[in-house]
Amino acid sequence: MAAATITLEVLRYRPGEDQAPVFQDYQVPYRDDWVVLDALNHIKDEIDGTVSYRWSCRMGVCGSCGMMINGVPKLSCAAFLKDYYPATVRVEPLAHFPIERDLVIAMDDFMQKLSAVKPWIIRKDEQPLSDGEYRQTPAELDRYKQFSMCINCLLCYAACPVYELEPRFVGPAAIALAARYNLDSRDQGRGQRQEIVAGPDGVWDCTLVGECTTVCPKDVDPAGAIQQGKLFSALDWMKSVVLPWGKR
Amino acid sequence: MSPFHRPPQFNWWVGNRAFTLFVVRELTSVFVAAYAVLALLLLRNLALGRDAYEAYLRWLVTPGMVAFHIVALVAALYHSTTWFALSPKAMVVRIGGRRVPPRVVVSANYLAWIIVSVIVAVIVLRA
Repeated sequence: MAAATITLEVLRYRPGEDQAPVFQDYQVPYRDDWVVLDALNHIKDEIDGTVSYRWSCRMGVCGSCGMMINGVPKLSCAAFLKDYYPATVRVEPLAHFPIERDLVIAMDDFMQKLSAVKPWIIRKDEQPLSDGEYRQTPAELDRYKQFSMCINCLLCYAACPVYELEPRFVGPAAIALAARYNLDSRDQGRGQRQEIVAGPDGVWDCTLVGECTTVCPKDVDPAGAIQQGKLFSALDWMKSVVLPWGKR
Repeated sequence: MSPFHRPPQFNWWVGNRAFTLFVVRELTSVFVAAYAVLALLLLRNLALGRDAYEAYLRWLVTPGMVAFHIVALVAALYHSTTWFALSPKAMVVRIGGRRVPPRVVVSANYLAWIIVSVIVAVIVLRA
């Protein structure tokens, strides 16, 4: 009996050669312990060395191998062939991002949004080193821990129809990371982040489709971060109305 | 070499169950809004006097309006239940440093809904 094979339909885009992306079929050996990334590595090593894609850790930590697999954003290192076999697996670059080449997307837009929300601890009053570290209780850690699990894989942006229709939207991961620092007891920078998070392209663009949370491989729940962001900005606004003399 | 920009798909909500249910949820708000308009018209006719009010009530029981109310009720129920299911996303309640389980938050919404409905029913049925 011939060894089992599975077909991968890979979207190819070779700048300078292709006017538009085209699908190319590859037959690869089927093994039930292989993930889509293993199949792509087989293609690259044995069949066609020109196929380009990003990957690094192959264990769901680095966040580089996100792709559309049969139309769903997934980490290709966590998408087992056995879940698709014997059907064809369609592999495309993450939706809603420009294609650099083949399965490689241009992520400049996200990088710019990520830095805009200042995802680091901001202090108004830096305490001297001699005072030691800023200590935190387990309960304080628990408030933001979930949002700190983000690996910037961008599956949430590829799942978000709002980001497709309104590319200025700051988006799920950047807002979740803003929440991660806003909820940190050591941080004092919420006011600075609010300009972006509660601004015209921030949380209020979200219509709560909820797919960002569904596709997140790290259970970050960006949809939750955005809705809580709406609640906090609404409270800010109410405070500014009730206490117009108070500081926001 | 510049990257290839894919044009946005405007039929994104077709062919994906989660997206279709989302669009249905958003469209049910049209019925909720329409019902609010009917309630405002009721107040306006009440202000215009007995004849206007009674004429409005007669219009409300015409077959077309009864059919509309049945559709609007189904839409409002779908709208409410889907939003209740999503409420723990926005409402993170902590008691004693622990997060209240999402199911409890959803149940609290249903409980509040039942209490308000009973109060409204008592007021309306007593009249």
